[in-house]
Amino acid sequence: MFGKLSWDAIPFHDPIPFITSMVMLLAIAAVAFWVWRRGWWPYLWTEYITSTDHKRIGIMYIVMALVMLVRGFADAIMMRAQQSLAIGASQGFLPPEHYNQIFSAHGTIMIFFVAMPFVIGFMNFVVPLQLGVRDVAFPTMNNVSFWLSASGALLINLSLFIGEFARTGWLGFPPLSEKEFSPGVGVDYYLVALQISGVGTVLTAVNFVTTILKIRAPGMSYLRMPVFCWTALASNLIMLAAFPVLTVALAQLMLDRYLGFHFFTNDGGGNSMLYMNLIWIWGHPEVYILVLPAFGIYSEVAATFSGKPLFGYRSMVFATMVICIVSYCVWLHHFFTMGAGADINAVFGIASMIIGIPTGVKIYNWLFTMYGGRVRFTVPVHYLIGFMLTFVIGGLTGVLLAIPPVDFVVHNSLFLVAHFHQVIIGGVVFALMAGYTYWFPKAFGFTLDERLGKIIFWCWFIGFHLAFMPLYVLGFWGATRRLQHIPDPTWAPWLHVAFVGAAIIGLGIVLTVVQLLYSIRTRDQRRDVTGDPWDGRTLEWLTLSPPPHYNFAVLPDVHGEEAYWTRKQTAIKQDQLIEEPDYQPIEMPVNTPTGVIVAFFAAVCGFAIIWYIWWLAILGLIGAFAIFVWYAWRDENEHIIPVEEVRANARERRRIRMEHLHSLSQST
Amino acid sequence: MTTEAATIGLTHGGSEDTGLGHRGPESKSIVVPYGFWLFVLSDMVLFSALFASYATLVHATDGGPTTNQLFDRNLVAVETIALLVSSFVCGLAMITAKRANMMWTQAWLLLTGLLGAVFLFIELYEFTKMVAEGAGPQRSAFLSAFFTLVGCHGAHVTAGLLWLGTMMAQIWAKGFQQHIIRRLLCFSIFWHALDIIWVAIFTIVYLIGTLP
Repeated sequence: MFGKLSWDAIPFHDPIPFITSMVMLLAIAAVAFWVWRRGWWPYLWTEYITSTDHKRIGIMYIVMALVMLVRGFADAIMMRAQQSLAIGASQGFLPPEHYNQIFSAHGTIMIFFVAMPFVIGFMNFVVPLQLGVRDVAFPTMNNVSFWLSASGALLINLSLFIGEFARTGWLGFPPLSEKEFSPGVGVDYYLVALQISGVGTVLTAVNFVTTILKIRAPGMSYLRMPVFCWTALASNLIMLAAFPVLTVALAQLMLDRYLGFHFFTNDGGGNSMLYMNLIWIWGHPEVYILVLPAFGIYSEVAATFSGKPLFGYRSMVFATMVICIVSYCVWLHHFFTMGAGADINAVFGIASMIIGIPTGVKIYNWLFTMYGGRVRFTVPVHYLIGFMLTFVIGGLTGVLLAIPPVDFVVHNSLFLVAHFHQVIIGGVVFALMAGYTYWFPKAFGFTLDERLGKIIFWCWFIGFHLAFMPLYVLGFWGATRRLQHIPDPTWAPWLHVAFVGAAIIGLGIVLTVVQLLYSIRTRDQRRDVTGDPWDGRTLEWLTLSPPPHYNFAVLPDVHGEEAYWTRKQTAIKQDQLIEEPDYQPIEMPVNTPTGVIVAFFAAVCGFAIIWYIWWLAILGLIGAFAIFVWYAWRDENEHIIPVEEVRANARERRRIRMEHLHSLSQST
Repeated sequence: MTTEAATIGLTHGGSEDTGLGHRGPESKSIVVPYGFWLFVLSDMVLFSALFASYATLVHATDGGPTTNQLFDRNLVAVETIALLVSSFVCGLAMITAKRANMMWTQAWLLLTGLLGAVFLFIELYEFTKMVAEGAGPQRSAFLSAFFTLVGCHGAHVTAGLLWLGTMMAQIWAKGFQQHIIRRLLCFSIFWHALDIIWVAIFTIVYLIGTLP
């Protein structure tokens, strides 16, 4: 009846997972209760959960990413604690089977459920606003995408409480991940959760490529799109072409595990290197899925806070698209040791180094954007400069690793761990924190506290270098990654420094929560009245903060590369706004619970597959299909926002803008 | 708008040369099929990974049966004809749907589905025969790859049939509304795309596999 599921699956006798999951359950219950007491459930249901508004969906993605960041970081600090304790005679506090689950969960969570939703959240929130339009191409599908990602995250978290998680590392390499060597449900949790969230990601990619290529404001030609939109386009193109390969690799592993196929097994002619190839054909482009939008964020930040147009806009676009393509030609550098031969290794090594060239172009573009500008040292600029310092070193160690003979020596070592954390934290996470600070006022109508923001930056910056620079040294000395126990006591000081670094990053994460709460409390001191708190250059700053559901009363008419900046300067020069346009009623898509219900059935089906409860899996599939048919039968797609409302809102905005304009004109 | 205003670039009456995208957001009749094409592209990538796996493992027979011993060209020829004709009939259904002819649309769609079912039936027959001969997917890596590649196409056809049935019911209940026609267009794109993939399967798996 319940497949493999029984009471043994609950870790009553393992204090760490049991207490953690109890605390998590209590926290969820407490939040749910608190929301209920405040009477906010109806608001959450209509304004967020069932919303088809790209801005709301973007915010939900980012909330999910922040929550999962805490989970992923908890894993990280446990690993650092274990490695700085379990040295020599001591065994630390985590037994191997638990430690292996933790590093697997850490990687899986940080990439799939922190970095991805964070980046996708920004694309959701920002891209339609920057393109000067009202929503993405497929608003309902957007909601479905989000909830599918959320059900993947749910299953990952469930593995803590019911059953176990994979012990195979974040990419689940066979033959270790085959049934023979990993008979438990851990790998199945991993596979099913990623498959479900992967469907959501492909749908997101379809949505955003269509949006960027087909839905833009009048006059917004390709070479007038803000760089963030370009990087989002590149990122989504990669998603569209890379995620199906991940789906195939994971599906084949599932077939091996569930039905006894022989794709990657040791017997039956299976070939585990096929999995390596497939997973990295997805896995390397994945790095660029994350880092290209991060580059886009830096570009926006650099231009805005230097008070200058971005230096070399066209070369930036070109570099972005070159990276988009070359990202597919380097996957083999993840396993130079496979034994593909000197020729193949050389080709992939050179291709990997070539990616350094467009990236270098970008670094110079940001530097020259700041050069000669009036740089305001706000929090995002701190991250920008911190990024350039950190990322260049990370890139250089990457070039080292791209040399096959060097890679033979340091592969699978802590050197590698240090390298990819350097580019992911220094490149992606810094950008996410910068973007979070930069666009927060647009989303909520007030800015985040600047002083705390700077402290958080220094926590990340110092903490990162303390945590990972020692790992380079240890890697050179031969420390392999994923060690549950450290045999060589001379490594101890370096590991202790690394732990301190992780603790400082932890402080930064705690302060991020403090900053959010403090900023909400004191929001009246930092209201963004004008909708343009940073003196921005792109169209999202044209509308009020937070923007109305429909973003723009009339789609803006775009002239030149910096749509909003041009418009603002003209208005300041002439001391008047553009002529009041003729307002029309606006059609907006209606809310729908389809996404959340489909995701519920997907999660049920996924859970059933993990535990071999076949009747429930079939029930889940039928449920998902039924809800789609029900949705397809609807008659009402859109609701009309009456022209009176549009006009009243727009006039209010014009009044605010007029006042702002006068104050600006007087100051110049 | 005056010509004068247009020439100095104050309006966008097709005057300012901005390249693509000067018109503003495209209509739904462009956007929906475009997005669906993108989905089909990503599906093609999915199949390309399956083809790559098949090509890697095709000789990994583990002492079991090889392609030459298993495949029957004649059976596959019938299968192929059924699927290709099904696509042609689907095209006829699109034409009649544009003319809002309920009876013929339903008839052609039904025929599309029946031919699809014939294809599936032959595929299932082939599969069960192979399994009965001890050449199931658990036998060797080659057979795992074969069943996954061809089976994934079959699963797509099955999903297509489910979609087709739903579409027929919807057209029957709601008539030829614009958004339903768009959906039918997406279905026909899907159905034709499955043909393209089948042609590749036919060539790479069955034709090359039965070369002497």
